Amino acid sequence: MKLRPVTDLSGLPTYGYGPQSPIWWGTLGFMALEGMGFALAIGAYLYLYHLAPGWPLADRPPNHWPGTLMTAVLLLSAWPNKLVDRAGHEEDLPKVQRLLIVMSVIGLLTLVIRFWEFTQLYVRWDQNAYGSLLWLLLGLHYTHLITDVGDTLVLTALMFTKHARGKRFSDVSDNAFYWYFVIGAWLPMYVLIYWVPRW
Amino acid sequence: MTDVAIRASEKDLRDTDLAAEDLHDRLSRAWGAKSGLIGWLSDVDHKAVGRRYIFTAFVFLALAGSAAALMRLQLARPESQLIGPDLYNQLFTMHGTTMMFLFAVPVMQAFAVYLAPLMVGTRNIAFPRLTLFSYYVYVLGGLMIWVAFLMNIGPDVGWFAYTPLSGPQFSPGKRSDIWAQMITFTEVSSLAVAVSVIVTVFKQRAPGMTLDRIPLLVWAMLVTSFLIMFAMPAVMLASTMLILDRLVGTHFFNYAEGGDTLLWQHLFWFFGHPEVYIIFLPGTGFVSQIVGTFSRRPVFGYLPLVLALVATGFLSFGLWVHHMFATGLPQLGASFFTASSMLIAVPSGLQIFCWIATLWGSRPVLATPMLFVLGFLFIFVLGGMTGVMVASVPIDLQVHDTYFVVAHFHYVLIGGAVFPLLGAVYYWFPKITGRLMSERLGKWNFWTAFIGFNVAFFGMHILGLMGMPRRVYTYQPDLGWGPLNMVSTAGALLLAASFGLFFINALVSMRSGAPAGNNPWGAGTLEWATPSPPPVYNFARYPIVRHREPLWAEGDELPVAHGLMVSQRELLITTLTEARPDLREGTPDGSIWPFIAALAVAVAFICSIFWAIAAVWGSALVGLTLIGWFWPKSVTEDVT
Amino acid sequence: MVALSLPSVLTGCERWPDALDPKAPEAHDIAWLIWTFTGLLGAIWLAVVIAMLIAIRGGRRVAPPAAGATPLDALALHPAGERSRTVIVGVLGGLTALTVLVLTGLSYATQRSLFAPRQEGLSILVTGKQWWWELQYEDADPSRIVETANEIHVPVNVPVTLKLEASDVIHSLWVPRLMGKEDLIPGRQNVKRVFVTQPGVYRGQCAEFCGQQHAHMGLLIVAEPMADFERWRDRQRAEAASPSSDEQQAGHDAFLKRSCVMCHQIRGTDAGGRSGPDLTHVGSRMTLAAGTLPLTRGSLAAWIVDPHGVKPGVDMPLTKLEPDELNAIAAYLESLK
Repeated sequence: MKLRPVTDLSGLPTYGYGPQSPIWWGTLGFMALEGMGFALAIGAYLYLYHLAPGWPLADRPPNHWPGTLMTAVLLLSAWPNKLVDRAGHEEDLPKVQRLLIVMSVIGLLTLVIRFWEFTQLYVRWDQNAYGSLLWLLLGLHYTHLITDVGDTLVLTALMFTKHARGKRFSDVSDNAFYWYFVIGAWLPMYVLIYWVPRW
Repeated sequence: MTDVAIRASEKDLRDTDLAAEDLHDRLSRAWGAKSGLIGWLSDVDHKAVGRRYIFTAFVFLALAGSAAALMRLQLARPESQLIGPDLYNQLFTMHGTTMMFLFAVPVMQAFAVYLAPLMVGTRNIAFPRLTLFSYYVYVLGGLMIWVAFLMNIGPDVGWFAYTPLSGPQFSPGKRSDIWAQMITFTEVSSLAVAVSVIVTVFKQRAPGMTLDRIPLLVWAMLVTSFLIMFAMPAVMLASTMLILDRLVGTHFFNYAEGGDTLLWQHLFWFFGHPEVYIIFLPGTGFVSQIVGTFSRRPVFGYLPLVLALVATGFLSFGLWVHHMFATGLPQLGASFFTASSMLIAVPSGLQIFCWIATLWGSRPVLATPMLFVLGFLFIFVLGGMTGVMVASVPIDLQVHDTYFVVAHFHYVLIGGAVFPLLGAVYYWFPKITGRLMSERLGKWNFWTAFIGFNVAFFGMHILGLMGMPRRVYTYQPDLGWGPLNMVSTAGALLLAASFGLFFINALVSMRSGAPAGNNPWGAGTLEWATPSPPPVYNFARYPIVRHREPLWAEGDELPVAHGLMVSQRELLITTLTEARPDLREGTPDGSIWPFIAALAVAVAFICSIFWAIAAVWGSALVGLTLIGWFWPKSVTEDVT
Repeated sequence: MVALSLPSVLTGCERWPDALDPKAPEAHDIAWLIWTFTGLLGAIWLAVVIAMLIAIRGGRRVAPPAAGATPLDALALHPAGERSRTVIVGVLGGLTALTVLVLTGLSYATQRSLFAPRQEGLSILVTGKQWWWELQYEDADPSRIVETANEIHVPVNVPVTLKLEASDVIHSLWVPRLMGKEDLIPGRQNVKRVFVTQPGVYRGQCAEFCGQQHAHMGLLIVAEPMADFERWRDRQRAEAASPSSDEQQAGHDAFLKRSCVMCHQIRGTDAGGRSGPDLTHVGSRMTLAAGTLPLTRGSLAAWIVDPHGVKPGVDMPLTKLEPDELNAIAAYLESLK
């Protein structure tokens, strides 16, 4: 079979942002399947809640302050996250470096808060199914926090090396994209864990 | 010019003015795998990964098939003393688990890994290292469960592992933990491949391959990948809850502590029913490609066929309760699931009608791939009919958990997926190996499989109605089930022999089959534009697609694009719907890190069965390997 | 050992399970539905296969494409063929939808009649255990409660309510000639109504995989006229018969001395174990070990001497007995009519 060249593609750029980039779609794919996991875990919570004679199956609902603090920190982090995303698009290295450090600090802070949250649930995972569910929901979200914070730390380190160029800026933007998912996934869980037992 | 400048320009050399042979040499250098064992383990070429994936899946098919043959020998006579209940229960669990999680889903994904990039006209799959990693995770998961079985700690609670039988109280020991962890292995792997396939189809289609020019098989793989993405998290969540119940004392399924026995079934079947379509839809894709090629015309009803795939995908999430009609759910709810289950007959029926309309009057050559397609129609349609029967609540209450259901889903799965799959192997084998499979052995293979299958499974419908439940290791002679069971065993052995013929045919043909040439069947899709087997870089130049069957439409001359780098790996990224060229993006070279990361995952998963704390340090270990994986090794990786 | 089969005296009874040989209204309705579906769907299947064969071999062959033409040229030559294909496939798609609609309606109608509420009659609590069925005939008067195992006696033409529970794993009650399945689920109670119109002995079996001996978890439903049923129930309510021979007496003594009493109850004696089946009237049952063996003196001895040879994995332990002790216990248990 003969090949007849009809188009010249040499002028195309070698990386892109957002929906241009396959990585962005890959990230979206993983968000979708992880989101499905969250949704099913929430479904399991509501299912057992519906079956139980009373709720919560513990002396008192969890202390909501650690969770409320977590929610506030996550919501506020959307602002620097947006800035780092924009700086990535602008390929402004110093700004990216500064903001990534901010995001790393925030990330580490959330890990600490989450640890506090676990201590304030007032129910152990092996006490009853309600306790199991709280630990599962919080744990599921914790793994996402750890993953993204780990990713942010590595990326921050990377942006201080000779690799801080080209496609790495697109990676910064994809990392910020994932953080929105971590924030968004938390909100229904916050309501479920801390406020549903109070109704 | 200085040396450095020459090297720089060499580095940036484009394919534009290169002669065919020079281009081939340079692309082969850029895309080839490194030599040696490490190079072999690091190879991220989707064809290499796909070949190994397909091969491994067939090894698991042989293992699971052997387990089935042993069960049939035990059931041939009433009160046979051949196999005791403990081994029998392990055998049927291993059979179901392996067939579903280690054969049927992986083999379809393996074909997607091999074929999807070729069919959409790109040089590698999206995220090739992730795909390689998935393959290793899958192999290690399969290895773990089969080694456990050989050590007599194979799971024995069925592929569905209902709680509380699989829970801490009634399955002490490690058997159920191994089952649950194997699920986690294979789901990690399936999910990652699904994402890779989706992104490949979304972003790497050859320029001009708009949505309505995507080959039907690729559509099937796309829809299947979405089903995996939304169904598999359910079983992952369920198996995680199960293992937590078993290892750290949670109570998700313990009714005495606020949990619920049926929660497991809801989660499992929310995955379990789409699972059937995850296996079946790629089969319909194979059928569409083969029917089109052998009818010598485009498949009739492209749009209805695509819509049927999508509709089946959506409906498959609304059926799970039909596995639970006997659990005492509210009757009105149950009848909703009757309606939705029967409704799926409409898109399935439409697909059948479209294929027959395509074949009508075409007098196709009845080569082996075509024979398997006809066998598929015969068997699958019958399985679909009994599927309509089990969707009815009253009928299901009689036949649920009996051999009627065993017959039904083997008609659907072997008819709907394995027959098309064997046809697909005969059809694409020449592309993959460069040699055709023997037609004579192929015909023997088909007829023994077709006759063996029907003899083995048809009688089971009647056995079920005679009252024979599933998953019994023996039965009493005066129940009258002996003769039909004996017939079924004879058929099963013939079916097993047909697979022997298949494996022999594949092995012999790989060495001494007739050379295939680029396009032995005269097909119209892009994978046949490459030599057989395709070179490491797939396409010397990116094809431009202007028709659904480019090779039929363009005659001898394929329009192509040029301007890509030849010294390093570069993929063409196109837009989602129109497939307009958008980026020339770098794609990773081979790397040993996916292998190392998969080993770390296996260590973490397996150790956590024995020490729950291993989940923590194991995750840290996996994290470290991931940093090793993603840390750039050269500056060029940053810009391309 | 396991090769012992049920005695031929029983083979005349209507006990062999067959969903298509119904002996109760529920099973009858379902059998009718199965036949209707099979007939209609079988015809459709046959039509599809014939159409497939005609498609590949029969009919008028489309004119072969000219030399050098591609498959697409051939298609362009026959626009009328494409139009008729569209119409036919469209019509068949519509017919499929119609068939589905009709079958859903038929199914729903049958379902409604199956689950229509009936007035309360007799109520029996059935508890599934690994691997036998514990039965308790409920009654407002505690002295009229009957406990037994594995053999459900019901009066004909009286609605019977089975309350289904499980104490370990999920089981499923299924008697093909009488009714479809209903699961016995730990932590829940399901209700199944049985209405038998023909006297007879009907075999059933656990239909949900429940562990190692799932294959040996059978049961019998014995349907008999009301008068016979009442006689049976009165006999079951009574305490165990006293031994009437020296051998039976020796068996009685050995039973009470040995570990049997840890698990089994024989009302009227000191044997009060509750984890195994109630043996007060074990000799009146037709089968032993949940439908595994016919109940004879020989099979009782065989079962006691080696339960794991008959049902590997069963809870009943192997008890070391002297040969004459074994014979005596078997004789005693057989006498507990």
